Amino acid sequence: MQIRLYRNCQVEQEGEVWFALVKFVSARNKDESNQRLCRTNRTNNTMGATASKLPKDQLSEYQELTFLTKQEILLAHKRFNELLEREDRQQIGGSRVPMNKILTLPELKSNPFRRRICQVFSTSDLRDGSLSFEDFLDLLSAFSDSATLEIKSHYAFRIFDFDDDGTLDTGDLEKLVNCLTGEMDNTRLTSEEMKQLINNILEESDIDKDGTVNLSEFQHVISRSPDFVSSFKIVL
Amino acid sequence: MDAVDAVFCPNRSGAVSNPLLDQLPSYQSLLYRRKSSGSNSTKRRSISRGRYGSTSSHSGSGRGASLRTEERPMPARSVPDHRLARELPLSLEEKRRYKEQRLQQHGELSGWAQWRLSSRHYLKRLKEESVEALSALQLWRADIHLIEGMFGTGILSYFSFLRFLVLLNFVMFLLMFSFVMLPIITATHTTSVNSTFANGGGGECSVYPPRDRQGLVNFHQHIIDLLSGTGFLEQTYLFYGYYKVENIHFLSFSYNLPLAYLLCTITYLLLSLLWIVKRSATGFKRKLVQDEERFQSFCNKVFAGWDFCITNENAARLKHSSLLYELKTDLEEERIRQKMAERSRKEKCRIYSLRIALNLFVVAVLVCCFYCIYSATIFSQQKQAQCQKCYFIVELIIEYLPSIVITLANFITPIIFSIIISFEDYSPAFEIRFTLMRCVFMRLASIGVLLFSLWSQITCGEVCPCGYNHKVYPCWETHVGQEMYKLMMFDLLIIASVTVFVEFPRKILVNHCNCGLVKWWGQQEFAIPQNVLEIVYGQTICWIGTFYCPLMPAINTIKYFLVFYIKKVTLVNNCRPASRPFRASSSTFFFLAVLLIGLALAAVPVVVSIAQIHSSRACGPFVNFTTSWEVVPRTVSQLPQGLMAFLYTLSSEAFAVSFFVITWARPVLFGPDDQNIHLFLAYGLAMFYVIALAGAHKRVINQLREQLAMEGRDKRFLIQKLCQAQADLSAHSSRSRSGLSYRGNQKSSTSGVYVVRPLVQYETQA
Repeated sequence: MQIRLYRNCQVEQEGEVWFALVKFVSARNKDESNQRLCRTNRTNNTMGATASKLPKDQLSEYQELTFLTKQEILLAHKRFNELLEREDRQQIGGSRVPMNKILTLPELKSNPFRRRICQVFSTSDLRDGSLSFEDFLDLLSAFSDSATLEIKSHYAFRIFDFDDDGTLDTGDLEKLVNCLTGEMDNTRLTSEEMKQLINNILEESDIDKDGTVNLSEFQHVISRSPDFVSSFKIVL
Repeated sequence: MDAVDAVFCPNRSGAVSNPLLDQLPSYQSLLYRRKSSGSNSTKRRSISRGRYGSTSSHSGSGRGASLRTEERPMPARSVPDHRLARELPLSLEEKRRYKEQRLQQHGELSGWAQWRLSSRHYLKRLKEESVEALSALQLWRADIHLIEGMFGTGILSYFSFLRFLVLLNFVMFLLMFSFVMLPIITATHTTSVNSTFANGGGGECSVYPPRDRQGLVNFHQHIIDLLSGTGFLEQTYLFYGYYKVENIHFLSFSYNLPLAYLLCTITYLLLSLLWIVKRSATGFKRKLVQDEERFQSFCNKVFAGWDFCITNENAARLKHSSLLYELKTDLEEERIRQKMAERSRKEKCRIYSLRIALNLFVVAVLVCCFYCIYSATIFSQQKQAQCQKCYFIVELIIEYLPSIVITLANFITPIIFSIIISFEDYSPAFEIRFTLMRCVFMRLASIGVLLFSLWSQITCGEVCPCGYNHKVYPCWETHVGQEMYKLMMFDLLIIASVTVFVEFPRKILVNHCNCGLVKWWGQQEFAIPQNVLEIVYGQTICWIGTFYCPLMPAINTIKYFLVFYIKKVTLVNNCRPASRPFRASSSTFFFLAVLLIGLALAAVPVVVSIAQIHSSRACGPFVNFTTSWEVVPRTVSQLPQGLMAFLYTLSSEAFAVSFFVITWARPVLFGPDDQNIHLFLAYGLAMFYVIALAGAHKRVINQLREQLAMEGRDKRFLIQKLCQAQADLSAHSSRSRSGLSYRGNQKSSTSGVYVVRPLVQYETQA
């Protein structure tokens, strides 16, 4: 609701700002916070800032719902804004950035799991891996410094679960190892080595011996891995 | 029947994980533990404990509960009463809904409870913001952030280690400055304060000819003075010899400078020890715990292998290849281990004899290096005394000869070691560790050899009247300080010049020359172990030198400050990360362990010179004492009777049991000619080691105990499930026969008290 109001207000700014504002206020003078919001935005625009600012109460809500600090959210907002098309910039709340564009971020560019990351965090109905700003915040929150081990391991599991079937089976593990060592032919393990490796992994982690690693087994293993928390991190 | 299926066969398509495993008490408690470790309020902990208790009793109570857990959708399973919305693995939209739901719930609460909740939220926010504001003040936060972003956590740990050393040196400097330098500075600048200057009681021992250059002083001689601490630098606050003050009389009391000087020395050594031990304790415990479960290494490498911080494309490519290399070597290692187990006796004999021979060779190399350092030091000492009017370059080379030899030895030996190790047929991981230990030994022992050769020059048998070679070294402490100063300056020069003259041209060559040989040579690798060794070496010199050159920590702080920027620039511009990287978790412990070895090595010469060697009669605060340590017994004897008695008891029987370290120190306290001071130090270190070890073992024991309790609960739970399944099965198939099988089952399991209760329940249900 709030976001939509906010957007309305911005549309009006492009026209006769004052008149629109008065009209807007008279129409919705119940909602005090929205007025304030509009006014701050107007001043920003008159000062020549093209990018829309994040309203204060929304910022504090994001702070509460994610592990990010204020600076990080503002930086994320700025970066996300740069990815958007020019005409979409005014309505950052609702517009989505396609996966190909997200992948051009330098933080994700050299990550072998970048496609999976986009797919996991995308809430798009089309399953195309496009991210809205809130999805983007979710992504950064899970990869932030202060996220809990549980969150991190949950998302790690979903990222590694390439076929989205809820377990890491042999195919997933093979893909995972290939992602780690590089996709080129000369950088892959030989099939024998792969077989030996996967056997070893299953031996170490598959507690119920069903041939796959499920979420709880995965979290169990990860909780004993000292490097995981420090390495499962993306610094914007 | 369907319920049984759902319990025993994991539903792979629908639920994300096996529901039975999720219900296991051990998993539930894992969840609970994670949650409670995140929160500080005891209130929340007690609530979640209550919740845990209730779920376990629910799941045990019967079929209805198990059905309920399956019916619940995945996210709902992990929605407990009191968890922050952001701790849920949901999308932002769902989190928002969850929060609103909770707010509605809170709306039903009373005003007081609501106020408490909101104030708690507010306090939490305030705390987070203040922590954030404080962390912004940290030194080099942005730089370290950048490095982490580009090269990952392994290299980050090197830089945070460097930052730790800068901080340590700065604190050491503050200590020396405020208790040694500041009183003298105030004494010289205010008239109300007088100071008594110590005099050595005349005689030939107290003659200290000024070494200032007379007459025309060339510019290059100033450079030599600056680089070697002679000439105009000798009589400054920089060196021991300048502090020739015995007492400073402030208005009402007199400040005993020799005592302060000695106590500062002891304090900085102890402070460093405590700080390092404190820092390494966590890493040490983790390493100990980790060593016990080595069987998880493949999972660690695959699941936690990728460093998501990496943004540099080159670094990413390297990470790929290093992961490939690591996995391949690990698989290889496993195969080798199997092969090693199958080795015949003859082969074993061959390998062991080869190893012994190669180790002998290593020892020979080391001895050769040490002899070179020894003779170079002696040569340079003798030449320094003789040739005062040599050429500029010759003088500089003679001054710096020991440093040059040490650096050369430390450059050549690692290459030899890495060649040798390949013949010794160890496993690849051990190979690297073993080479590293040899390098550590070489580097730190070379300082020891240098000091030993200096010591052999300074002391003379029974012949000399002053207790030391006063003709050549009228103020030997200052001389040792100058040697340390030279080592430190040379180290800095080497680091800077290697960067500018070797790594930078190499990078240009590699980038702009397409010749095959150059390409093969490639860019410089940023090898973390070698770099760490370099700064630990510098720190060891600083620890040794601070007694002789009280401003050494300040110089070292500046030096590491520069080194940080030099290394950062060379890392970003010239280097590529090593192809075989260090893991962040193991490396921090390794760094501190090497640093601890360095500290132990530094403490030995300082303590020996304080307790054993005659202090100079011509300079320094200890002119009136035979050894520096003597100031302590003398001060104790001047104390009032009661305090003396107290100190005496402190160092004797009553505390002997608990503070056995002090018991060892007691003979030293009251009889300076005792040898036990080495033992004192060794015992102190050993004690710290044992304490850390005990802590680690305690943790392991606690973990095991918890695990045992968990296993018990798991077993109980599974048995309950089994019984329940059997009950269902029999209830479905035939009621008449089920009674019989029940009875038999019940009889067989009457020994387990827990199992009986649910069984009875089912029977009444059926």
